[in-house]
Amino acid sequence: MDLQSTETNTTLIITVNEPRIDASAAIRFKDSMRALTEKGPPQAVLDLSKVTFVDSSGLGAIVASMKQLRPGQRLDLAGLTPDVAKVFRLTRMDSVFVIHDSIKNMTQQATG
Amino acid sequence: MAHRFSLSETATESGVRSLLSQGRARLVAARVPDAWLGTIELVWAEALNNIAEHAYAGLEPGTVHIDAVIEGTCVSAIIRDRGKPLPGLTVPVAQLPVSNGPSESLPEGGFGWFLINDLCESVTYRRQNDENQLSLIIHPKEHTA
Repeated sequence: MDLQSTETNTTLIITVNEPRIDASAAIRFKDSMRALTEKGPPQAVLDLSKVTFVDSSGLGAIVASMKQLRPGQRLDLAGLTPDVAKVFRLTRMDSVFVIHDSIKNMTQQATG
Repeated sequence: MAHRFSLSETATESGVRSLLSQGRARLVAARVPDAWLGTIELVWAEALNNIAEHAYAGLEPGTVHIDAVIEGTCVSAIIRDRGKPLPGLTVPVAQLPVSNGPSESLPEGGFGWFLINDLCESVTYRRQNDENQLSLIIHPKEHTA
């Protein structure tokens, strides 16, 4: 699963470089996320701007990734494309995560 | 004028991805608006994943077929497989898993049938001659943001 991570001094940004988080990718995604967040900073953000398809398995894997965090560690989402945003909205999982329009807006807010 | 197509693949995770990809190409060729594709793909993905994960669970993965018809604003598909029948021979009552509790209790699954029922105009299941037949009618225009 192609996940790329960048760390600022406060935030771990994890970019998903694949277009689909689906049944086929769910377990690999969860495992990769655990490895990346295990020792990371308290604030993590998942950049989904390249992801155009998430099904219920993918949604479950994203939720599981959040549940894998340490106490006090947080996973936000950023850059949800329209179809992906819809899946979160329909299932009401959009209320479970803090969702940012984009990574760029997030980091601007942090320094502005 | 109605457009029709039929696709078949083995019901594995990669077979499902292939079916969805082929299905998308056929929908585009049938001039289905881009704005509808996400809804259709999501519904079909959920149904196909169920077949791959449950209908053929413990069995050699068999074939799954999609017979689709696109007419006006209606996209219907019959998805057929020869795996195990749905429990109770009926479409599950799809409740949205609750997501307002503490993080440890957040649901990681159970969304599939909810999404299918929410996005389809109708969902019908029939078991005939050892075959599961799931009939899904979508009016995508009603679900585009």
